[in-house]
Amino acid sequence: MLHYIFKRTLILLATLIVASLVVFVSLEIVPGDPASYMLGLNAQEDTIAALRAELGLDKSKVARYFSWVGGLFTGDFGTSYTYRTPVADMVRDRMWVSLPLAIYALALSTLIAFPAGVYAASRRGGAGDTTVMGLTQLGVAVPNFWFAMLLVLLFAIKLRWFSAGGFPGWDAGFFQAMKSLTLPAIALALPQASILTRVMRSSLLDVLNEDFMRTARAKGLSRRQALWKHALRNAMIPVLTIMGLQFSFLLAGAIIIENVFYLPGLGRLIFQSIASRDLIVVESVVMLLVLAVVLVTFVVDLAYAWVDPRLRGTR
Amino acid sequence: MQTIKLSRSLFPALMLAAGMVAGAAQAAKMDVTIGMQLEPPNLDPTGGAAAAIDEVVYANIFEGLTRFGSDGAVLPALANSWEIGDDGMTYTFTLQEGVKFHDGSEFSADDVKFSIERAMAEDSTNAQKQLFANIDSVENVNGAAVVTLKAADGNLLFNLAWGDAVIVDEKTAETLATAPVGTGPFKFKNWVQGDQIVIEKNPDYWGEPVKLDTATFKFISEPTAAFAAMMAGDLDAFPNFPAPENLAQFEADPRFAVVLGSTEGETILSTNNQQPPLDNVKVRQAIAHAIDRTAIIDGAMYGYGTPIGTHFAPHNPAYVDLTAKSEYDPEKSRALLKEAGLEDGFSTTLKLPPPAYARRGGEIIAAQLRAVGIEVEISNLEWAQWLEQVFKGKDFGLTIVSHTEPMDIGIYAKPDYYFQYDNADLQALMASFAEETDSEQRTSMLQQAQSIISDDYVNGYLFQLAKTGVASAKLKGLWENSPTQANDLTGVFWEE
Amino acid sequence: MKLRSLVPGAVLVLLFFSAALISYVWTPFDVTLIDIKSRFQSPDTTHWLGTDHFGRDLLSMLMVGARTSIFVAIVAVGIGMLVGVPLGLAAAANSGNLLDEAIMRTNDMVFAFPALLIAILITASYGPGALNAIIAIGIFNIPVFARLSRAAALSIWKRDFVLAARAAGKNAVRISFEHILPNITNLLIVQGTIQFSLGILAEAGLSFVGLGAQPPIPSWGRMLADSQTLIMLEPQLALIPGLAIVLTVLGLNLLGDGLRDWLDPRLRRER
Repeated sequence: MLHYIFKRTLILLATLIVASLVVFVSLEIVPGDPASYMLGLNAQEDTIAALRAELGLDKSKVARYFSWVGGLFTGDFGTSYTYRTPVADMVRDRMWVSLPLAIYALALSTLIAFPAGVYAASRRGGAGDTTVMGLTQLGVAVPNFWFAMLLVLLFAIKLRWFSAGGFPGWDAGFFQAMKSLTLPAIALALPQASILTRVMRSSLLDVLNEDFMRTARAKGLSRRQALWKHALRNAMIPVLTIMGLQFSFLLAGAIIIENVFYLPGLGRLIFQSIASRDLIVVESVVMLLVLAVVLVTFVVDLAYAWVDPRLRGTR
Repeated sequence: MQTIKLSRSLFPALMLAAGMVAGAAQAAKMDVTIGMQLEPPNLDPTGGAAAAIDEVVYANIFEGLTRFGSDGAVLPALANSWEIGDDGMTYTFTLQEGVKFHDGSEFSADDVKFSIERAMAEDSTNAQKQLFANIDSVENVNGAAVVTLKAADGNLLFNLAWGDAVIVDEKTAETLATAPVGTGPFKFKNWVQGDQIVIEKNPDYWGEPVKLDTATFKFISEPTAAFAAMMAGDLDAFPNFPAPENLAQFEADPRFAVVLGSTEGETILSTNNQQPPLDNVKVRQAIAHAIDRTAIIDGAMYGYGTPIGTHFAPHNPAYVDLTAKSEYDPEKSRALLKEAGLEDGFSTTLKLPPPAYARRGGEIIAAQLRAVGIEVEISNLEWAQWLEQVFKGKDFGLTIVSHTEPMDIGIYAKPDYYFQYDNADLQALMASFAEETDSEQRTSMLQQAQSIISDDYVNGYLFQLAKTGVASAKLKGLWENSPTQANDLTGVFWEE
Repeated sequence: MKLRSLVPGAVLVLLFFSAALISYVWTPFDVTLIDIKSRFQSPDTTHWLGTDHFGRDLLSMLMVGARTSIFVAIVAVGIGMLVGVPLGLAAAANSGNLLDEAIMRTNDMVFAFPALLIAILITASYGPGALNAIIAIGIFNIPVFARLSRAAALSIWKRDFVLAARAAGKNAVRISFEHILPNITNLLIVQGTIQFSLGILAEAGLSFVGLGAQPPIPSWGRMLADSQTLIMLEPQLALIPGLAIVLTVLGLNLLGDGLRDWLDPRLRRER
């Protein structure tokens, strides 16, 4: 096991280093000068040059790469070109929106998917199963931003139950903040819940067919007991993996939803930073998200290996 | 199975509770929430060009020697009067008494000297350095600020009203970007990046106190979100509402008032005068006749906007209506192309920045040009790319942009300006204009300039951008017009 | 039989594919013609689905939009297959050694990047447009097919007829192409259909934020974006393109499910 952990950790580090290179190089080649953008139409050449020097844009690429990576290790994500504030502060503020939103969406998705998946698996082949499968097929096919538009039309504009977007901040109270995250979370959760339901169902069905299940049934456990005691536990592994992947997607993939609901989250930060050529923000935030995904995969892999020793060998 | 039942009953209950909490939040109105599309990158109007900076701080947090009134007039601000020397080169400004900066320090002519010298310095990042180019020196003479020019200049008072010329304190000048300290009736309170900026009443203000306790600027770039936010009551006003298609709905709703006015934004189809075949005046004329301004104003701006025939604001008394010179006439357009030897048309690029007038207007113009044989390749760019490619790189055929600086016909006298129009007569005319102080002469020169650039079909003159603002019906005092980019809240109050 | 997903799926897919193909030779109206005076018309005998905010015929816009979405998705999946499958096969053929490790680690790394975010990054930085959208989406299809082909190939390598071929002296490349590839084709077709539907969603998302095909080329995602501010006045402008996306993706998913059950009896377990 120790050897496995060691090997996975090495791979983790290697992945991060290569990722940082890819991120940095691909963004440095991007055309567009943040200094010109900030100073606008009437600025003169010497003004722009002065700003570039101030932002450290005139140093060599290699020097900037190393100072950036070095900074990442100490938690210094650099200073935003446009806002002149530390990227770490901006990220931390945005995290307080993106993270709860991702958790909220994941929770909604799970709350729907687990019961639905179990229900469908237990009614396999019957009307209940077909209905659930039909709904999930629909749920997967709906683009989440379109669903968001419809939610806003109905619940915000017509019914005025919710505001159409924006985030009042956690200072405004837990309920208020969560309320503003509700429509976005629902929009995000719909396709995820559909996927998770199908995974839950097929994973359960797989397990229900396994030999040990038949043994359990032979031993006299009723179908329901077999379901709960053995099947569910064993079916959880692939489900948890998918949930882990979904979490990473929710954190980064909520970009479009954050735009529709004008939430000040990480996704919109990246969007705005790309538009204003604030590359240092983009680089650091992308690295952060890659780190999150890689860490989640790492932890899931380790959990997998711990639970199922067969997996500790060669992949 | 327990889990499902629990969530089924809790969820609607939570929603109900949340709804009631929201409803209770309507307090007595001494605050205002203003929506803006673009967030300023920082809060120093003297250190960067973004119009969004002025839209937050101009007249609210910072003040200059002079300021713009809502009708564009140049009014006294920190200078309550001035005397111009006989040679037109010395301006003596008598300053207001008892003015303090927000950090408590006294305001004096030394601060005026510091601010102007800072803007003019070699390493200054002031985006409008040319406003100060003619200033020779600024001195504190017995408490008055004396500005000496290199040459007589009729524009000085006008220039000093710009947001880039506001007065700052030497002690706090370095950190203005994140901690703005000015002399205005509002103080900076806090900034949640990406979300909002809050300013609050300055109790020690030297002038008339404002009728609000706090003002919040919320940044909403998506037009749909802007509409939804206004409808939901999240905002009290959106002075530059980005979706003109929704204005009719606001008009029909008694809760809202639509505030219409004019801006200094000449929206033009900028043409690269140095790129063949656009360097041929007949070709440019052909483009002018291929464009149907009504279709653009209706289709892109839903009727809001005034057609222009030259680069000048129609509400300005010196305006000359030259729209007849570029009437919609596709037949004439094709004939002109034939004369230019381009009977089969040609193709070029149309690079569009983000605003709706450009994106939507661009699609419409592309279709109109295609109808006379001119194929355009549309590139939708972000501002940063537009600045890089079009403005600096001059790598474009056509583009659409709104020039919102007041009285900027002078850009046609700069051969290096991005559309690269080089006419020595116009340059000479604008040079004499800069020195001319007689107002009748000035008007006549401006009219001449308008005719020249119209006859040469330098750019496609589309329309003057309208200021389309939406506000709560009970909110009064917002500027109708936009003589400069600002959200001057000094006269804003809630009516009972 | 689960063939009940195959038929409706095939019908939907055929519907949109034909609309797309027909649009190459004929559409009821020219989608590049802008006629402001005819905007916002309700469906009638001239314009079967009405007109949009520029007076363009919605049905024609849908047809050409279908072409855009399908084209981008097909080429992106094509890239994924053409690059990913050989990589996966190579990895399986060299299972356990350095090449396999290298390919798999690179795979994992690409998976670690949030796909939508990177697609937005690529298109926003290097210029929006159908080509860059294809590249951005295609890049993320490669590891999917690599992983799938490798896993499937590994199990086939152990089969008797392959062992026989190895004994007969055939080298790994020949075996991969002559024996492995034909046996994983069904899996590839099924996965390809799924990736295709994901590609349509990805293209719609990119177009929605303005990074897909550029004007005047219609695209469903951009039609949705343009309809946002008008949603209260003209909701059909938002509903129609949205439904088109849903039905196409649904059709593809149903088709994929049906194909899976039909093509590979061994996979037709209790699902």
